[in-house]
Amino acid sequence: MSVRIGVVTFPGTQDDTDALRAARVVGAEPVALWHRDPSLHGVDAVILPGGFSYGDYLRAGAIARFSPVMEAVIAAAREGLPVLGICNGFQILCESHLLPGALIRNAGTLFVNRDVKLRVESTSTAWTSDYSVGQQIVIPIKNGEGKFAADEKTLDELEAEGRVIARYLDNPNGSARDIAGIANAAGNVVGLMPHPEHAIEELTGPYPGPATDGLPFFTSLLKQLVNA
Amino acid sequence: MARVVVDVMLKPEILDPQGQAVNRALPRLGFDGVVDVRQGKRFEVELEGPADEAALAQVREMAEKLLANTVIEEYRVRVEN
Repeated sequence: MSVRIGVVTFPGTQDDTDALRAARVVGAEPVALWHRDPSLHGVDAVILPGGFSYGDYLRAGAIARFSPVMEAVIAAAREGLPVLGICNGFQILCESHLLPGALIRNAGTLFVNRDVKLRVESTSTAWTSDYSVGQQIVIPIKNGEGKFAADEKTLDELEAEGRVIARYLDNPNGSARDIAGIANAAGNVVGLMPHPEHAIEELTGPYPGPATDGLPFFTSLLKQLVNA
Repeated sequence: MARVVVDVMLKPEILDPQGQAVNRALPRLGFDGVVDVRQGKRFEVELEGPADEAALAQVREMAEKLLANTVIEEYRVRVEN
């Protein structure tokens, strides 16, 4: 039986189609989930894709966090369901308190839209096991509120517990300690600002490459679920 | 009917790049002597009944749960007369 990856669409979501495509490209069955539908339809994992859910009203991710589908995602994530939040999805995970900290306006107030170099810091999560620690990858970023912020104690905890999953080599937005992505303590919930779903194919990935450095996020999940 | 105002500001230790941008624009417009600007949000909550302690407790809960993200922001609740 194939692995079923659900991708949530909120009003204002933009990258649901790419996330569904990423699921298909690695051989999973993509399942579209809808913000007003509280059912997860038996999926094996959930991706919260990028975009501007509810127009970023109030704060990015603040309204989406209270949508019917998120009540189900939050409950399932606490039970161990793998969840990957990309960009706006990361913001939603922080607003949901599934991940600590917050994403605030970029230092310099500019919207940043370019390919960035990352260093993978942890491979002991559901979404990063196919990388190696220290591996450098290239993945696009596109956000206005991508600066990761948390108090020093939280940052120290994240570091001590190996929950920083990736860092920017050239910090584009002022994120604390160059953090691009983090995981929860159990490792099933991962949030990151760069977009691995935009780096999965030669034709559309970062140019001049490497173009497919985002793929292991999705193959990691598949391997973990198949081996489970 | 009563109006309760909730002011939400970034915590002092959180950098506010929007406020900084405003602060940098002021001297160009001829406004001198400004040391710092911080930008926040103001919510005006109209209540059906009076702003008694129970109603204010409810507004504080709103602020805690939705209006502010207490990881990065602080809020203040006050009754507007």
